[in-house]
Amino acid sequence: MKARVTVTLKPGVLDPQGRAIHHALDGLGFAGVAGVRQGKLIELDLADGTTEADVAAMCQALLANPVIETYRIELA
Amino acid sequence: MKSAVVVFPGSNCDRDLAVALHEITGVAPVMIWHRDTVLPQGLDLIALPGGFSYGDYLRSGAMSARSPVMRAVVDAAGAGRAVLGVCNGFQVLTEAGLLPGALMRNAGLDFVCRDVALTVANSQTAFSARYDTNETIRIPVAHHDGNYTADEDVLDRLEGEGRVVFRYAEAVNGSARDIAGIVNTSGNVLGLMPHPERLIDDALGGSDGRRLFEGLVAALG
Repeated sequence: MKARVTVTLKPGVLDPQGRAIHHALDGLGFAGVAGVRQGKLIELDLADGTTEADVAAMCQALLANPVIETYRIELA
Repeated sequence: MKSAVVVFPGSNCDRDLAVALHEITGVAPVMIWHRDTVLPQGLDLIALPGGFSYGDYLRSGAMSARSPVMRAVVDAAGAGRAVLGVCNGFQVLTEAGLLPGALMRNAGLDFVCRDVALTVANSQTAFSARYDTNETIRIPVAHHDGNYTADEDVLDRLEGEGRVVFRYAEAVNGSARDIAGIVNTSGNVLGLMPHPERLIDDALGGSDGRRLFEGLVAALG
């Protein structure tokens, strides 16, 4: 089984990289972009029977920094 | 004073730190590999060096903070041992939970590598005792991820408790409240982005960093 973990900055945490991407999109003439936030996608190849709680524990321990980031888990 | 420098894969300021400690304490520090699980007996100071440990994979300092040696460092810090984290060492200390907050990508996205003016915000710590409060000093920085971030209440608490030790006196990286260095609640763990070990000799451009180590020698023997 696989899990996809999406790690993003918490709302309210400034994202200098997202802002730079936004700037670049503006420069390319893409109008109507209200904001850009950059995150990470981590794909895990897991033993069958691994639970969402197990993956959440991995997020808490390493994959995300709870001070600045949140995460979303999708099991497939 | 007996000191140790932890070496992670990708550390690159470990030898600079060792030279500074050797010269100023008179004793060569013990170099500790990150896979070691036990620290030498009788250490007064554990120093985490600058560099790009693990290539900054995942987040700066994230992998090193989970290295085997860090369990021993966390225990030693809890027992009151002095711990100094410079640059990547500061990032490791926040990732390990020894200091609050996080160090994010510089606001200008640039790698900043130059001497910067710092204000000593609190000279009442073992790390800053040889400076005067509100004194301006110059210390080099060399980092990409030095933009200090924490919740507003954490920032208020750091300031209220005098735990902001060094502040940038000029725009450097977008750090909240211009924070360049902080201590933990008991004052025995300091993390700072600037590199005092790079400025310990006037022949190499200045010696403002030297007093940080001299203060530690005075405090720790």
